[in-house]
Amino acid sequence: MLTPAVLVRPATHTDAETPATKAEAKDLSFYYGGFQALKNISMILHEKKVTALIGPSGCGKSTFLRCFNRMHDLYPGNRYEGEIRFHPDDTNLLGRDVDPIEVRMRISMVFQKPNPFPKSIFENVAYGLRVRGLRSRRAIEEKVEQALRRAALWDEAKDRLQDLAFNLSGGQQQRLCIARALATDPEILLFDEPTSALDPIATTSIEELIHNLKDKVTILIVTHNMQQAARVSDYTAYMYLGELVEFGVTDEIFIKPRKKETEDYITGRFG
Amino acid sequence: MEHPNLAAIRNLIARHKRWDAAFAVFGLLCLMIGVLTFVSLFTEMAVNGAARLDWDFFTNYPSRRASQAGILSAWVGSTLVMLVTAVVAVPLGVASAVYLEEYAPKNWMTDIIEINITNLAGVPSIVYGLLALGLFVYQFGLGQSILSAGLTLALLILPVVIVATREAMRSIPQHIREGAYALGATQWQTVKDHLLPYSSPGILTGVIIGMARAIGETAPIITIGALTFIAFLPPSPVSADPPYLSFEWLMSPFTVMPIQMFNWTSRPEAAFQSNAAAAGFVLVFMTLAMNGLAIWLRYRLRKNIKW
Amino acid sequence: MTAAAQATAPSMAFVPTHTRLASRRARVIRERIIESVLFLAALVSVFTTVGIVYVLVKESVVFFQQVSIIDFLTDTQWTPLFDDAHFGIMVLLSGTLTSSLVALAIAIPLGTVIAIYLSEFAPFKLREVAKPFLELLGGVPTIVYGYFALLFVTPLLQALIPGLPGFNLLSAGIVMGIMIIPYVSSISEDAMRAVPMSLREGSYAMGATRYQTATRVVVPAAVSGIAAAYILGISRAVGETMILAIAAGMQPNLTFNPLEPAATITAYIVQVALGDLPHGSVGYQTIFAAGLTLMLFTLAFNIVGHMMRRRFREVY
Repeated sequence: MLTPAVLVRPATHTDAETPATKAEAKDLSFYYGGFQALKNISMILHEKKVTALIGPSGCGKSTFLRCFNRMHDLYPGNRYEGEIRFHPDDTNLLGRDVDPIEVRMRISMVFQKPNPFPKSIFENVAYGLRVRGLRSRRAIEEKVEQALRRAALWDEAKDRLQDLAFNLSGGQQQRLCIARALATDPEILLFDEPTSALDPIATTSIEELIHNLKDKVTILIVTHNMQQAARVSDYTAYMYLGELVEFGVTDEIFIKPRKKETEDYITGRFG
Repeated sequence: MEHPNLAAIRNLIARHKRWDAAFAVFGLLCLMIGVLTFVSLFTEMAVNGAARLDWDFFTNYPSRRASQAGILSAWVGSTLVMLVTAVVAVPLGVASAVYLEEYAPKNWMTDIIEINITNLAGVPSIVYGLLALGLFVYQFGLGQSILSAGLTLALLILPVVIVATREAMRSIPQHIREGAYALGATQWQTVKDHLLPYSSPGILTGVIIGMARAIGETAPIITIGALTFIAFLPPSPVSADPPYLSFEWLMSPFTVMPIQMFNWTSRPEAAFQSNAAAAGFVLVFMTLAMNGLAIWLRYRLRKNIKW
Repeated sequence: MTAAAQATAPSMAFVPTHTRLASRRARVIRERIIESVLFLAALVSVFTTVGIVYVLVKESVVFFQQVSIIDFLTDTQWTPLFDDAHFGIMVLLSGTLTSSLVALAIAIPLGTVIAIYLSEFAPFKLREVAKPFLELLGGVPTIVYGYFALLFVTPLLQALIPGLPGFNLLSAGIVMGIMIIPYVSSISEDAMRAVPMSLREGSYAMGATRYQTATRVVVPAAVSGIAAAYILGISRAVGETMILAIAAGMQPNLTFNPLEPAATITAYIVQVALGDLPHGSVGYQTIFAAGLTLMLFTLAFNIVGHMMRRRFREVY
């Protein structure tokens, strides 16, 4: 079959146990006005595992990602159908009676282009904590340091915490945004093509970061770079034109995909 | 956070949302203050002045007897002054804008011109009055005339016309210019045959806004020395004998609507205050109509409606 | 023949060269003349500024030959038309300052809140109605505002504040403040709208509400534009004439108490212009000296405000 040229690391989990479900999309459809961007997607997000969403431009991966933290609610004319059940409390994230703000307090996001606030490095990371009402200066400082360490930015930032975040390089800014998202201990961390605006060295550092977060945080990452998906994720979902074509363990998807469309995309025959 | 304290999160969010709602209400209230002011202003003038708004009011000269006073000389004066303002401001403003958009090289001279225009937009109107007094009335010897007033107001609204024209021209896509040049048109032909006609709605909007501003300007006109009690009209621009057009009216003393209103407002008698209300009503109506027209024009422009 | 016609005329090749060249030269000359005319038109704005400076300085120079600058700046009385004439500009400046402070105390908070509300909270339809409405509010002639201040607001205030004189700075200041709100709110709102959506998304994604996003992310990001709005509002307040001339009385009065009547620099100029001053008298020159002072202040504010506005446009 295919040579695993795309694989760099060996498989990271055994088939012995299926990890717990953190979230499950059930028949999720999404409409921008009259246009149906997502078609009946059903997918499981495993707890403390990295799931990657791949597919050609416009296939709906970012749209699907943004359903998880209700970002679409910010703009008029959008409509969800179906559910995303969120565990352990079995809430439907898309429910009309579920407050988007509450969802966003539990699920964090890192965006494609780094978007640090016009504040100091410290205040950027502390922002989520302050929004959650944390007041004690010591507690905030502890959590900020912890988050910066997890984002591999502490050594570079510890002496310039009061500097403006804008003065950091692109890769550093993205790591800052990751620290900001991690500081609040999110139950799911969403990544929307986090390295597509970065140079290769910065990209590698972010990928290492994600690798280090594996088994500690549930991650859903959208990427247009297949090799990245292969390197970083435990599970991969291939989407095309708003539909979920195939979902499975990363190694299987890349070595032995079940559908022909998946194989075509992975071998670069199109997209 | 494996099992987050949902109740605590929900409480926190509820508290934050209260701030959210409070601010939304507060913002709306602040807007209402503006609405309230506008409504009370309009109503007050309507209530106080409506009784005075009859045909006589528009055809009478001001008089010491309030019930007989009218705004004839004022609105005729306003019209004539606006005429001069338009005739001077529109060509000058459009020409300046065309130069800056299509011809001006990027050098210090151009920078100075642009800085000047921005500056002039912020100069208080009374300073324009001082300029007119020193320069037009005395230095150039134009006297306290309609011509002086028209020139002053033209300079006052020049920045408005220039900015509106420039924006209108900037919104014309580059490929239209390129199309004209490719056919062999000269720069001026491109401007004359294409750019100006296509930007004319935008230019018109700017001119209307400028005129709406000029019509209500009082301070510069007072400074020039418009008289407040004028019981005659300037000589007519058209005459029965050749050459059928006279320019005597340009040098005539005059008054304008805002000054008439100012004069009546300053009188303590309630009857004159009714006159002031009536004059103000007419003035606001005219200004609102012009501004409203400009806003409507801009709205249609933005929607790219075909004329 | 237009260039286009020439290009397509079938007999181009047979037009003698000297005719073609001559007509080309004529065309070039014509274009140059047109460009010069346009350039001169553009220079009018420069001439205007030069004219203003010339007029103000020329009369002020004569004035300052008769009145020392020290007296001008430090005298506490302003009675230029009396036999015992005093020329302390501070008197007029106090009126300008007090009325402007009252106006800004209204325009800055209300204008900023309205800007935040329209930019971050208001539904689209409301904004479409509110913005033109605010423009109309700013387009009402100031003489009408002056009338409103004298004959509506002052009686209202007198009911609330017993003993309030018929002419006072408070009434004029309040109305002036409301008039300035559209200036402050529209420039502030422009600055806030220029903040990219990605910053807001970053804040919302952290679980922040609209109010938190607006105050903690958008406003700090737009701060230079908002400051520009404030400064331009100050400039507008300082330069306002008619509202003060009508409602604050035209009696020069060195005071910082808004409950008293006072004259501002602008109102004084109007008062003098209403009278009959012989050209060349000291009284005539005082309005130019006062005007020069006014011009210096507003120029300073305008320059700073403009620089800050440029800065916020560049950042994004």
